[in-house]
Amino acid sequence: MIRFILLQNRQGKTRLAKYYVPLEDSEKHKVEYEVHRLVVNRDPKFTNFVEFRTHKVIYRRYAGLFFSMCVDITDNELAYLECIHLFVEILDHFFSNVCELDLVFNFHKVYLILDEFILAGELQETSKRAIIERMGELEKLE
Amino acid sequence: MDLAINPFSSGTRLRDMIRAIRACKTAAEERAVVRRECAAIRAAISEGDHDYRHRNMAKLMFIHMLGYPTHFGQMECLKLIAAAGFPEKRIGYLGLMLLLDERQEVLMLVTNSLKQDLNHSNQFIVGLALCALGNICSAEMARDLSPEVERLLQSREPNTKKKAALCSIRIVRKVPDLAENFMGSAVSLLKEKHHGVLISAVQLCTELCKASKEALEYLRKNCLDGLVRILRDVSNSSYAPEYDIAGITDPFLHIRVLKLMRVLGQGDADCSEFVNDILAQVATKTESNKNAGNAILYECVETIMGIEATSGLRVLAINILGRFLSNRDNNIRYVALNMLMKAMAVDTQAVQRHRATILECVKDADVSIRKRALELVYLLVNDANAKPLTKELVDYLEVSDQDFKDDLTAKICSIVEKFSQDKLWYLDQMFKVLSLAGNYVKDDVWHALIVLISNASELQGYSVRSLYKALIACGEQESLVRVSVWCIGEYGEMLVNNVGMLDIEEPITVTESDAVDAVEVSLKRYSADVTTRAMCLVALLKLSSRFPPTSERIKEIVAQNKGNTVLEIQQRSIEFSSIIQRHQSIKSSLLERMPVIDEASYLVKRAASTQATISSDKLAAATTPGGSLKLPNGVAKQPAAPLADLLDLSSDDTPVTTSAPAAAPNDFLQDLLGIGLTDTSPAGGAPSASTDILMDLLSIGSPVQNGPPTLSNFGAPGQAGTKLAPATSQVVDLLDGLSSSSPLSDENTAYPSITAFQSATLKITFNFKKQPGKLQETTIHASFTNLTSNTFTDFIFQAAVPKFIQLRLDPASSNILPANGNDSVTQSLSVTNNQHGQKPLAMRMRISYKVNGEDRLEQGQINNFPAGL
Repeated sequence: MIRFILLQNRQGKTRLAKYYVPLEDSEKHKVEYEVHRLVVNRDPKFTNFVEFRTHKVIYRRYAGLFFSMCVDITDNELAYLECIHLFVEILDHFFSNVCELDLVFNFHKVYLILDEFILAGELQETSKRAIIERMGELEKLE
Repeated sequence: MDLAINPFSSGTRLRDMIRAIRACKTAAEERAVVRRECAAIRAAISEGDHDYRHRNMAKLMFIHMLGYPTHFGQMECLKLIAAAGFPEKRIGYLGLMLLLDERQEVLMLVTNSLKQDLNHSNQFIVGLALCALGNICSAEMARDLSPEVERLLQSREPNTKKKAALCSIRIVRKVPDLAENFMGSAVSLLKEKHHGVLISAVQLCTELCKASKEALEYLRKNCLDGLVRILRDVSNSSYAPEYDIAGITDPFLHIRVLKLMRVLGQGDADCSEFVNDILAQVATKTESNKNAGNAILYECVETIMGIEATSGLRVLAINILGRFLSNRDNNIRYVALNMLMKAMAVDTQAVQRHRATILECVKDADVSIRKRALELVYLLVNDANAKPLTKELVDYLEVSDQDFKDDLTAKICSIVEKFSQDKLWYLDQMFKVLSLAGNYVKDDVWHALIVLISNASELQGYSVRSLYKALIACGEQESLVRVSVWCIGEYGEMLVNNVGMLDIEEPITVTESDAVDAVEVSLKRYSADVTTRAMCLVALLKLSSRFPPTSERIKEIVAQNKGNTVLEIQQRSIEFSSIIQRHQSIKSSLLERMPVIDEASYLVKRAASTQATISSDKLAAATTPGGSLKLPNGVAKQPAAPLADLLDLSSDDTPVTTSAPAAAPNDFLQDLLGIGLTDTSPAGGAPSASTDILMDLLSIGSPVQNGPPTLSNFGAPGQAGTKLAPATSQVVDLLDGLSSSSPLSDENTAYPSITAFQSATLKITFNFKKQPGKLQETTIHASFTNLTSNTFTDFIFQAAVPKFIQLRLDPASSNILPANGNDSVTQSLSVTNNQHGQKPLAMRMRISYKVNGEDRLEQGQINNFPAGL
């Protein structure tokens, strides 16, 4: 199960944080700070997995942005790595060539996409096209 | 839609606010902007402004993301959710998920709106409600809204179905009892075509298996066909652009199905048999040149390891891992190491073949890989390879990162202790570890080392000389200094006279003053902590008796610390000075070598106190559903080593109440020394709370109990002199000048033992002990006897008492209860009856254990406590 998903830039600014387990706000900030510290200085050749408290963080860097998912220790790391990539592809497709600023100004849309992709900490949809189409329908309702 | 009130179209103020915040150059500016915005939003809220409500909420979410408090917007979320339009609802639900979680009371208020939205005719609104429910619902909401979600599982809309399935996962996690309501629908969803529905349904099934045994059995019977079909369809499917990732159709679905197969096949031969073929097909046919393919193979291997697979399939799996391990991609190597740990349980030999590669991984630049590899190496060690592996690890200790030394040291120490066949090897390895990473060695480890040295009379000379050399070479390692100083104090003459030379040793010349120098340097070292300094003082005192010519010099060194700001050091210095000056007559007998500490009982006690943590770990692991195989964890830290008191000299901060009473079982040292340590303080209060031998021997009473009188007594040589008559074993009383000390046994009032519990399988007897003057407190020794012919494992005894009684459980002597009543396990309980004399003791207990891996639980109530407890 995914416990939380973070999008952070290299300076450690959180661009998106989605928690599937309840945490105090102060604890969330601590987690975000610690995860950033863990991933930011890792060599690109290193594994994309770091142990974090009793869980592990699967992260991947795209330009200046780190996408991190905290999952259970027994979960399949490679699958979540692929999952991050799929999410990035969806964002890329949706914003056509996504950049950090798109995510800043449209953070609510990013949450919306994420809610179509992952629910209750589990994968909801694996088709990029299905999610993009669904987003189109939702946009029409705005 | 009116552009003016759309919060997200360009030109509105959300965008402006983000711009304004981004334009801030300093944190203070940012705070000012946020403060201004928050004030405006608060004003809007109190005015009940409708038009901008959702725009304000969007702004609040952004502010929340920056880390500012936004709780004042929580009610606004609820209002938005209750609104009629989709855009309001959407932003309301988004805010609900961001700003609130299941623990807030406010959340209960939203249950009604959720219920309405779940029944809404618009599928998008239903989707919003399901999403919010799935992400943040609490147990109460789960119960209240479960019927709606069950109904939505039958919806015709795939988007609703998949969301309802995932929402059910959350519901079942919160309320496992509801699992059975979802079994039927979950299985029927597996017949769908839509991948989103399929993957959601598969995940729901997995969760149901974890939540309920009944569901597991049901799914074993009813969903295997479907699973095999899904897996066959996706793995045989031709190119499907919608789901294609690196040439593989929907690897995510593959992986979830494989995982569910593992859950179903675990411990079930029929199910395992049923999925054998398809697993073989996936394991052989999946392309392994891309991450997606490897992810599937990895999951497949885990499933093969997890179920009752055929040996052929297992060989296939091990071979895949071998390929992974030699992969150049670090991620793949990492998962290979991870999986090899699980493979250890299945095929140790196969894993041993990769030992060299794994050992290389311990030295990898990436800490993630190093950690995995170290865990694995630790599992790989056996009697045959312990020595070479330890050598490799110790060599690496020298060059490893600081961050990694902690783990590495703990593992090496654990290996060395577990596999030491000869003491010399153990000592050598420990000395190396102390020299290289003494700062990382845990207390219980070096305590054990001292216990061993004190027992190995033929190696004491060798030890003290090796440690002396190490101390001179690397005096910065805290625990090295402690062990060395202790040995020099105890065995100083062996150091100077080269007593007990081994063949492998080169003779060294150390004079008496060299030895004193070494201790003095350690004492004065800037970074030495209180414990080390106190140990140095004790060593110096001992040396003053071993080497009379240095006595004057030692007196000076000790005297220098009389003004130390640390109470412990100051007190010791003052007391030791007076021993050196005024008590020549008893000094030599007082400063004799420490009596040998019984190794076996030390190890038992140490294991017992470690076991408490391990069993709690196990408990925690057992409650995690689907937790995979438990690895023996050799380095469980113990909260307090029983012997810690032996050498931990800072006893003046030990609260009397938390220490064990003098009769507690862990001070076997008492029995060993045969000294009545119950030096009741002059106030006539509590018995000595400490088990600290050194303290009792040398520090002459801890300040907590009788600080001031000690010194004054001490200053009266006449009084001490009159006490010289008793045997030297009464040293404590001698120096304390305390007259009111009597042997422990006389003070016990006898209570009859009772059989607290007896069933066909298990018998528990209680023995009671009471401290004099403490009517409320009772120490109960429970002994457990297994009456069956099967061994009980994971034995845990739990007890509960009414509120007026306080209960403390010490760790049991073992968590394994051998068959047929042999070697019963014991555990002690300390009970304080706050209403002594008014109400009798009462206790309920629960005993859980495993017989042949099967959980058993027994419960009972004890009403036959002897009167007067």
